Amino acid sequence: MSDQNAASEKDSVTGRTTTGHEWDGLKELNTPLPKWWFWTFVATCVWGAGYAIAYPSVPWLTTYFPGVLGYSQREAVTADVRALEAQRAGVMQKLKAVPLEEVRKDEALYAVAMTAGRIAFAENCRACHGAGGEGRPGYPALAGDAWIWGGKLADIQHSITYGIRSAHPEARVSQMPRFGADGLLKAEEIDQVTDYVMGFYKPDAPALPGAAKGATIYAENCAACHGDKGEGKREVGGPALRSGVHLYGDTRAAVRAQIANPRLGVMPAWNTRLDEATIRAVTLYVHGLGGGE
Amino acid sequence: MSDLAIGAAFPVARPVARAAEAYNMDVVKKFTIAAMFWAVVALLLGVVLALQLAWPVFNLGLEWTAFGRLRPVHTSAAIFAFGGSALFATSFYIVQRTCHARLFGGEALANFIFWGYQFFIVMAALSYVMGFSQGQEYAEPEWHLDIFLTIIWVSYGVAFIGTIFLRKEPHIYVANWFFLAFIITVAVLHLGNNVALPASFFEAKSYSVYSGVQNAMIQWWYGHNAVGFFLTAAFLGMMYYFIPKQAGRPVYSYRLSVVHFWSLIFMYIWAGPHHLHYTALPDWAQTLGMVFSIILWMPSWGGMINGLMTLSGAWDKLRTDPGLRFSVTAVGFYGMSTFEGPMMSIKVVNGLAHYTDWVVGHVHSGALGWVAFISFGAIYYLVPVLWNRSRLYSAKLVAWHYWVATLGIVLYITSMWVAGIMQGLMWRAYDKFGFLQYSFAESVNAMHPYYVIRMMGGVLFLAGALMMVFNLIMTVRSASTAVQPARETAAAGA
Repeated sequence: MSDQNAASEKDSVTGRTTTGHEWDGLKELNTPLPKWWFWTFVATCVWGAGYAIAYPSVPWLTTYFPGVLGYSQREAVTADVRALEAQRAGVMQKLKAVPLEEVRKDEALYAVAMTAGRIAFAENCRACHGAGGEGRPGYPALAGDAWIWGGKLADIQHSITYGIRSAHPEARVSQMPRFGADGLLKAEEIDQVTDYVMGFYKPDAPALPGAAKGATIYAENCAACHGDKGEGKREVGGPALRSGVHLYGDTRAAVRAQIANPRLGVMPAWNTRLDEATIRAVTLYVHGLGGGE
Repeated sequence: MSDLAIGAAFPVARPVARAAEAYNMDVVKKFTIAAMFWAVVALLLGVVLALQLAWPVFNLGLEWTAFGRLRPVHTSAAIFAFGGSALFATSFYIVQRTCHARLFGGEALANFIFWGYQFFIVMAALSYVMGFSQGQEYAEPEWHLDIFLTIIWVSYGVAFIGTIFLRKEPHIYVANWFFLAFIITVAVLHLGNNVALPASFFEAKSYSVYSGVQNAMIQWWYGHNAVGFFLTAAFLGMMYYFIPKQAGRPVYSYRLSVVHFWSLIFMYIWAGPHHLHYTALPDWAQTLGMVFSIILWMPSWGGMINGLMTLSGAWDKLRTDPGLRFSVTAVGFYGMSTFEGPMMSIKVVNGLAHYTDWVVGHVHSGALGWVAFISFGAIYYLVPVLWNRSRLYSAKLVAWHYWVATLGIVLYITSMWVAGIMQGLMWRAYDKFGFLQYSFAESVNAMHPYYVIRMMGGVLFLAGALMMVFNLIMTVRSASTAVQPARETAAAGA
């Protein structure tokens, strides 16, 4: 079984001889290379050589053989992008020229704006504001009427173009003071004003113990931006304090946390990523989500 | 022919009578047990990840159980823990049997390799779960673990190559060529891709010396050849021993084994850039990757031909030896994957397939269909031999394992084909105005049913592996498989 000098023997099944090697009872047949295998291998090698002549292949020190077809991946993708831009150019030019309020009157143009706006919204806005603009904690809803900065076409366009608290000089900026963290109010006062504000969220519930004192604190510190009754003030970006439109939750603990050490969200200025016509399309799309004014 | 034979020029000792106890089978047994243990771990993690992709709630909201941390645990457990242990077991078995020599380095070296490798696996898995990673796919362990693995790997090389030098056969068997290529190349890949500067000697944090596109290129030179030499060449070594053994037939063509061995190892090393088509990688490097991938097709298929044609005259054994069924089906999946791979490397095909679940399906037809099946076939053969049992506990259970696992693979790869092609088409669809038809999130939503089917495929494959574990434990422990005194010699010489 382990005879290293095992002679070549004939295999009765295939009629081939063995090589004469043997390891742990294993032998090998002297079968030649399958012809189809060999010639397919040769064919792929020939094809490979041809491809390397046709396309960029062999590198030199500072450059490379560009191939006889002159193919360049960068040129190919640039040409594809140009072709797509050319296809969109007509409607996008028109979208830029027609005033936003007029677009809806031109049915064909409005349809294109909705298509362009929908996909731009889905690729750029949906991750934070939700698939239908329903919002999520920290990200305002766009489908309702609780606009922080206004729901008219021009308001929406401005918010998208320059962003919220982005670095852009035209960005919308509102700054809620850190009443607790900066020691503007005592802990007891924050509790009282929280009790008062909770009355906006749950008007039918009995008043919380600190609400009476909290009313004065609210009038002195909060009403300027959030309005006397918590109705909000769009001119300064003061959000309404009503149930269901909160950004960070309307439990008492969440409201208190937002007064003591407020979180202030940021939206980028989209004019660095989207062209003007696309921003106009997104504006029309967001306006049409259900809350446009 | 002898002029072609590798090792023919080495001087050899005279053959001596061989006895089963002359071999170190203890380390083979340990690695076999480890392979089955890690197989279950890797498959279980795979099912968990598939559940997470179908229903994100299974991330449990914890950092340690998030997809991003468990994913490298799954891939490392499958490739390095399960695949690696199966390769250690079979390569140590094969090299001793086909060289007629006891494993070089004695018990101590063998045990150091076993426990050192297991320690590495556990430490690597813990480090991923705790959030440590180099961010290099399949090379996630940080620098201190990389150094430790290098020591283990060099020890493995010493034991394996030392045994080859001790051989009492004039030639080196084909399986050992593949194991040699695997050991040497994996060492080069590991050292090449992990060159990094530690941030501090006391921290598991380092920075790769390669940056940008060079880093990507080195990473996929490593990544693709991990597939080529760890998951292909080494498992071909496994195939070259167990298929002729199980079939009781000579290897189909010695000449083919020589030509496909050298062409495979020469071609594979260039193919990595096909992972970086249409990226910042220069055009010429992409061409190189694609051309060598296509040329690699026939060298890969040489192994399939040698595996399948070795069964000439022994196909009837598929009916009686369910373990052989695993080995042969594995070669079939190997052939399919090594056709699919070159096809996916063609740039226009890659433009559709890249970044989609088709790639995931392709990997799993190789990992489940080839790597796991060829290992299962080998282990079903090995366990009765190693533990000196007359047969497996239940051939019927092996058949059940086979069909359940095959169905699992079919569900997995077909669902991923559909999912991947659908993703590729959705990403490139434009409407009549020239705007994208679908957003990325919509393509994610569309994947849900296929992710559920994939998860079910994974559950079936795991169920099959559990049947195997039960069957193997019963084979070792049950009285029904005990060897009768008269049959002992036959088993030892099997």
